[in-house]
Amino acid sequence: MIGSLDSNTPEGDIQGLWEQHKFDMKLVNPNNKRKFTVIVVGTGLAGASAAASMAELGYNVKAFTFHDSPRRAHSIAAQGGINAAKNYQNDGDSVYRLFYDTVKGGDYRSRESNVHRLAEVSVNIIDQATAQGVPFARDYGGLLDNRSFGGAQVSRTFYARGQTGQQLLLGAYSALMRQVDAGTVELHTRSEMLDLVTENDRAVGIITRDVLTGEITSHGAHAVVLATGGYGNVYYLSTNAMMCNATAAWRAHRKGALFANPCYTQIHPTCIPASDEFQSKLTLMSESLRNDGRIWVPKAFDDERPARDIPEGERDYYLERKYPAFGNLVPRDVASRNAKTVVDEGRGVGPLKNGVYLDFSDAIARDGEDTIRAKYGNLFQMYERITGEDPYKVPMRIYPATHYTMGGLWVDYHLMSNLPGLFVIGEANFSDHGANRLGASALMQGLADGYFVLPYTIGNFLADKLAEPVPDTAGVAFVEANQGVQQQIDHWLNVNGTKSVDYYHRELGKLVWNYIGMARNKNGLEKAISEITALEEEFRANVRVLGSADGLNQSLEKVQRVADFFELGRLMARDALTREESCGGHFREESQTEEGEALRDDDNYSHAAAWEWTGEGNEPIRHIEELQFDYVALTQRSYK
Amino acid sequence: MDQVISLTLKVWRQNGPDDAGAFQTYQAEGISQDASFLEMLDIVNERLIEEGTEPITFESDCREGICGTCGLMINGKAHGPELGTATCQLHMRKFNDGDHITIEPWRAVSFPVIKDLAVERTPLDLIIEAGGYISVPTGSAPDANLTPVPKEAADMAFDAAACIGCGACVAACPNSAAQLFTSAKLNHLNLLPQGQAERWQRAENMVETMEMYFGTCTNHGECHEACPKEISLDFIAFMNRDYVKAKIKNRKLAGQR
Ligand SMILES: Cc1cc2nc3c(=O)[nH]c(=O)nc-3n(C[C@H](O)[C@H](O)[C@H](O)COP(=O)(O)OP(=O)(O)OC[C@H]3O[C@@H](n4cnc5c(N)ncnc54)[C@H](O)[C@@H]3O)c2cc1C
Ligand code: SF4
Repeated sequence: MIGSLDSNTPEGDIQGLWEQHKFDMKLVNPNNKRKFTVIVVGTGLAGASAAASMAELGYNVKAFTFHDSPRRAHSIAAQGGINAAKNYQNDGDSVYRLFYDTVKGGDYRSRESNVHRLAEVSVNIIDQATAQGVPFARDYGGLLDNRSFGGAQVSRTFYARGQTGQQLLLGAYSALMRQVDAGTVELHTRSEMLDLVTENDRAVGIITRDVLTGEITSHGAHAVVLATGGYGNVYYLSTNAMMCNATAAWRAHRKGALFANPCYTQIHPTCIPASDEFQSKLTLMSESLRNDGRIWVPKAFDDERPARDIPEGERDYYLERKYPAFGNLVPRDVASRNAKTVVDEGRGVGPLKNGVYLDFSDAIARDGEDTIRAKYGNLFQMYERITGEDPYKVPMRIYPATHYTMGGLWVDYHLMSNLPGLFVIGEANFSDHGANRLGASALMQGLADGYFVLPYTIGNFLADKLAEPVPDTAGVAFVEANQGVQQQIDHWLNVNGTKSVDYYHRELGKLVWNYIGMARNKNGLEKAISEITALEEEFRANVRVLGSADGLNQSLEKVQRVADFFELGRLMARDALTREESCGGHFREESQTEEGEALRDDDNYSHAAAWEWTGEGNEPIRHIEELQFDYVALTQRSYK
Repeated sequence: MDQVISLTLKVWRQNGPDDAGAFQTYQAEGISQDASFLEMLDIVNERLIEEGTEPITFESDCREGICGTCGLMINGKAHGPELGTATCQLHMRKFNDGDHITIEPWRAVSFPVIKDLAVERTPLDLIIEAGGYISVPTGSAPDANLTPVPKEAADMAFDAAACIGCGACVAACPNSAAQLFTSAKLNHLNLLPQGQAERWQRAENMVETMEMYFGTCTNHGECHEACPKEISLDFIAFMNRDYVKAKIKNRKLAGQR
């Protein structure tokens, strides 16, 4: 049983808190660092930056990824940009403003101390990345350029054409490879973590499977860091890369790590709608398109006419109509929910009636096609490649899709989970974004955690453990975990059912999307729990995994991830059910203002909910961490 | 809106690195032209599983043309017929009903086949490990705006940095040379002011590591044709120039030590 959840935030004024705490934390002397072995699972932005930085300090680092190269992590796909409170534009930005915006953007469901630290170190990230050679956009004077993003009132977003994620990851990956070359990081590619090993509730190592040979191996360490990304693929269709999954975090959860706020998921309003049942993933179209595109659907139900034949008076520019002040630029969750409403009403557009128009004809008439091409040319091209339609001539069709997960393993101020020795960074933890993440803040958080927070806090944990040897993988805990993984694999290969893993993943995704998607209610959430459970039983009895365990077997890899998604999906429903308020990405239909906006209940739900695993088939236990707001004033959002 | 088409696929199947491998023919009936090429393979795989046949192994991840994981030889062309397009971005509307499509893995000595269409591309990482970085330990960086970078230099470095590490250039090259990849990676850093301190050492180390694993460039230009990011052949010329200079400079530098 876990006691009350203490964030271990030090006392003091938030503005000097992290500086002071860096001084107060225990240090490991440079010569002693090499006596410690640290495992880092995941080599995306968070993991690569952490592994490189810790290795530079002198720790013995073992880094693991199931990809063939660290450069392939999902972080590579981020397009838009990364925030930092540099105030290079002299437009009034500051650490405090970034902190304030992030807490507010998260709908007052994040921990103030963590967010302030994030805003503080954001400036160092830009320095670090630039020095590594990350080619951020520059102006003609050769200085760094910024843009405003996601409704922020200042220009604080740094970007690198449409590939900010790739360029930042190449920076972190090159720093990591420098350490591999120096022999300070032992890099294990194509190695998938399938269990966390604990001894007396402390994390002591992991079990991995080599996906090429099938070999199962135990690895011991003084500390384990998970940087394994988010769980958006529980919805099956999402903007996440195909291999993103929750397995590492979920297996740690089953070993005792608390999973916090699983119901906080972000649905991005501007994605290309699915075209058929076999759609494998959804593609994000940058949010910046909403600056010039106008969103509309026909006023009439089941209007079959092509967009251009629908006269102006028969179109419903519903965002402009409902939110005259913000119009098409309302926040992500508001734009998404309104799109769902019109599509559910039967006013959706496109062959499957599953989208809304994003129309550039007015902008083209006003600014000329060349101006629009200069701004969005690459996005229009991407759209045309996927849909076969030319957005200069016919309006784009868009629809919301799952994009990011704010929930994740619970961590304290030191980014350590409730299990001593288990640290969680990047999208895999629950920390900084509350109930909604602002655009361009995930890259910032992953790199803040990896470069500038974890390398300090891990020292504080390790400092008094000098006498401890690297845990022996011949120990009982390792042997049992290793056998458990082996048994699971044998089990899946022997079900011999009739349907593919993808079939069940797709069906699960539909349940999660319908009941735990953009709008949730009690009835639906209760159904989600029972229907997920029923489908899971069928999956366990009837899935078909062909081939063997001793070589590359993609179905075998997937089946284990999908099994974990079933359990996680159920927990999301439970979490959403018990949070009887609307906040950020979590919209409970029972809790809305008269105008249909999300209505928070600060008296009863101003906390993070962290769930404890109590065994298969048992009800999980809900723990809470009370959130305290000493600096940011809680307000109700309004975009009218 | 779009048509449904049927295709005959000739797919390379190889059950592990040591298996000899052979082509197998599959009928892909009723494929929507809205599907991407990889979704077409997903559908074929789903049907194979139903029949009890092991699905075709191929790799992909982001399916947005940026992670560089996917890569197939489609009718003998790396990443298929469409210029500047990675396999995952290719859609079936580029094909016609009744087409025969041959699908093979990347063919290159340094990219051994793991299974079916999946290959191992580790030597690309080894080239980065050899010097594809700027040595700047975390925390030691000066303010980012301390060194202005002329826009032209920044833009050109970016053109090189756009490489997604897919290896199509190697697969397309008759000599399995990795000049386009290596030059993209090298020039990204060598063109920036930040990259100058290690410029010559980097050139020597990366080029020589490349030569340990890959073939010799004889200026065919097939690599550029196949490249989904349309990396310019000019970078290869820049790399050759830097390498020659590096040999001289590094010798001088060594003499000063
Ligand atoms: C299309 C898209 C666009 C985005 N654009 C932006 C943007 O413009 N700005 C922004 O701030 N954010 C953006 N985001 C969000 C952001 O990209 C991610 O939140 C962030 O990159 C996550 O980084 P990470 O390091 O935590 O995880 P990831 O990059 O997902 O890395 C996870 C790593 O863990 C490894 N791994 C996972 N499980 C295991 C296991 N069991 N065993 C071994 N290894 C494992 C993987 O191999 C990988 O190396 C975007 C997201 C998407 C989907
Ligand atoms: S140069 Fe082009 S083809 Fe070669 S690895 Fe880079 S992106 Fe791929």
